[in-house]
Amino acid sequence: MIYDPAPLAIFIFLGFVFGTVGLSFYLGRKAKSSEGYFAAHGQIPWAVNGIAFAGDYLSAASFLGICGMIAAYGYDGFLYSIGFLAGWIVALFVIAEPMKRLGKFTFADALDAKFNSRGIKGAAGISTLVVSIFYLIPQMVGAGSLIQPLLGLPHWVGVVMVGVVVIMIVVTAGMVSTTWVQFLKGSLLVIFSTVLVVMLLQKGLTTDTSSFQTIGPVSEQDLKQKTIADRKVIPPTGGWLSTAEKKQEFIRFVPKDGRAGYDIFHIDDIPGSDDKLLRQAQSVTGSGASKEIDGAPNGRESGERELQPIGHLSKLPGGETSTGPLGPISFFTTIGDSEVILWGSTTITNPEGPKTTVYYQKPTAGKRVLRPGEHPKFAGIRGDSFGDRLNFLSLMLALFCGTASLPHILIRYYTVKDGSAARKSTIVGIATIGFFYVLTLYLGLGAMTSGSLDLTDTNMSAPLLANSIRPWLFAVISAIAFTTVLGTVSGLILASSGAVAHDLLIGVMGIKLSGDAQVKVAKIAAIVVGGIAIILGVLFKELNVGYLVGWAFSVAASANLPALVMLLFWKKTTKEGIIASVLVGMISSLGWILLSADTYKSVYGLDPNDAIAPFSQPGIITIPLAFITLIVVSLYYSNKQEESTSKASV
Amino acid sequence: MNTSDSPSPQRRFNTRLGLFLFLIYLTLYTGFVLINAFAADKMETIVLAGLNLAIVYGFGLIVFALVLALIYGLMCRRDPAENTETGEVAAVQGDSK
Repeated sequence: MIYDPAPLAIFIFLGFVFGTVGLSFYLGRKAKSSEGYFAAHGQIPWAVNGIAFAGDYLSAASFLGICGMIAAYGYDGFLYSIGFLAGWIVALFVIAEPMKRLGKFTFADALDAKFNSRGIKGAAGISTLVVSIFYLIPQMVGAGSLIQPLLGLPHWVGVVMVGVVVIMIVVTAGMVSTTWVQFLKGSLLVIFSTVLVVMLLQKGLTTDTSSFQTIGPVSEQDLKQKTIADRKVIPPTGGWLSTAEKKQEFIRFVPKDGRAGYDIFHIDDIPGSDDKLLRQAQSVTGSGASKEIDGAPNGRESGERELQPIGHLSKLPGGETSTGPLGPISFFTTIGDSEVILWGSTTITNPEGPKTTVYYQKPTAGKRVLRPGEHPKFAGIRGDSFGDRLNFLSLMLALFCGTASLPHILIRYYTVKDGSAARKSTIVGIATIGFFYVLTLYLGLGAMTSGSLDLTDTNMSAPLLANSIRPWLFAVISAIAFTTVLGTVSGLILASSGAVAHDLLIGVMGIKLSGDAQVKVAKIAAIVVGGIAIILGVLFKELNVGYLVGWAFSVAASANLPALVMLLFWKKTTKEGIIASVLVGMISSLGWILLSADTYKSVYGLDPNDAIAPFSQPGIITIPLAFITLIVVSLYYSNKQEESTSKASV
Repeated sequence: MNTSDSPSPQRRFNTRLGLFLFLIYLTLYTGFVLINAFAADKMETIVLAGLNLAIVYGFGLIVFALVLALIYGLMCRRDPAENTETGEVAAVQGDSK
């Protein structure tokens, strides 16, 4: 899709960004000491910290990724909402109070409280860095996606912008400003998402049968003619030809109105009939400046074509064309009784020139988008493969265990004054985040039926839904989404810089730094981590941000949670056990992801069937592996210690 | 060493309460995940007000998380070590040395 930057949107957006940076500068004046920079002096009120939890947590993944996944495939995206929220139960009931009690600045502090070991500080510091950088990738990708329609700038510009602004926020202020910025953004995100859902329900649902053409029914014989329904067929060549393995899926026509390129249609079966229905499709060939849409250069000038927005209902219950206002329950029941047009895609390989991706309509019963298993990555739960089911279980386990292992969430426990405040702020966080996640199902399904989606970028679904309702709402929602990315990224960079300055330099290398010097080193680390995040954000632009976050959760849950839980609940835990558990959890989960089919396909561009890991989500193997490692290593070292003690006494 | 070696009765109560509520939620979450993984068709069953099990169970898990969190918040006992701000700071500093 080609986006038009609207002056109002730019104005509101820049207002948000300057407001955020201004607030950071203002608050940053007060945060000169290391206690202020890393932990806001432990003086943040619990209610503010609770909403700031929501600001930190409801990142690009939640708002852009989940809504986008629901808009494209239905209920499956909501599984992430459920898993993300369930993780907070682990945080509240198991982790919150001990974290506050044991630590000071970083996650490593808590893990190392009992042993004062350089090894633990080193392992926990490295794990914080790895998890934070992994979690940064989807945030940066989301920022780039937002900038494109809002300001009409390329994806990479958005990534660089968010990187630079966040580095400014972190370098100027630290935890005080990050917390207040998160508080503001968390509140605004939930308030305006609620406004959007209320307006969506007021608007109700409508059918759209005119945006895309349908031809037919036509017989098999008709399909072999040179002209179909008065339209001249372009004879198939190259990858468009049917082969022994693959029957013809698409038919291309010479455009009637003298336009450039071709009109492309998907050949659909009609249930209970031998006839076919031709439904209009859209194709993209190549990329960048040479990209072609339906065989014509991408653009709006004469001789050019652009992708059309998608997302509509083809049938409403009772043959109606519009429902009028709907209630929160009737919204779902009406969609369940309707027919939704989802879009599939397939690749046509041209012997000469780049590949063509064809997107085609898939009329789908509404009740199918309200159940799990429609997304290609979740479809396995309806198949026969046990590996696919394990992959699903693994993802849900990682989401459950991951929240309480995320460094930027854990450090927020140090910004309040005591364990009781940590508990209360988590409860406020759960209420805010839970409410937002309920909204995601409305936002996603609303976007699915809004007629405004971008075929090539599901991450933009929620803002584009807002655009279909009111353009000013689009500006506000996009600005909030962008500033939410800013906040999450600043939290992550702060956690990383704390790990470098506090854990690695002071804790491991034994370099003595004053409070001021610690802050200076942390700021330099923030600039470096920010730079890395910018590069990764540009490289990973094609992936759904929700899916990327699933991986970050797997690494966090495998590296951090087993050590943290066992330290709290198993008295025989030794420092060697903790170090081994963190390293084994981190390396095994990272290694698994790098060798998985999804990475082969999306990152290396290799055949996913060659992947070494049997399924993509590592959690179900690597989390227990980290637990077992800790137990075995701890038992080995405590036995050794007992032996040496008894020898000494003999 | 840290203060967790000799936890106060209040802290012990809070820890046990947390684990008990955690197990309740874990059971419900596991049920949800297992139905999805091994009996996904069951999720289409209409169970309440025309809504299917997927939506009712999903929303239920979100609402129930908040209910359990509130129960925990109301029932937790205040740790005497937290009554003075300096007490907490001293405990933390003692831990790290």
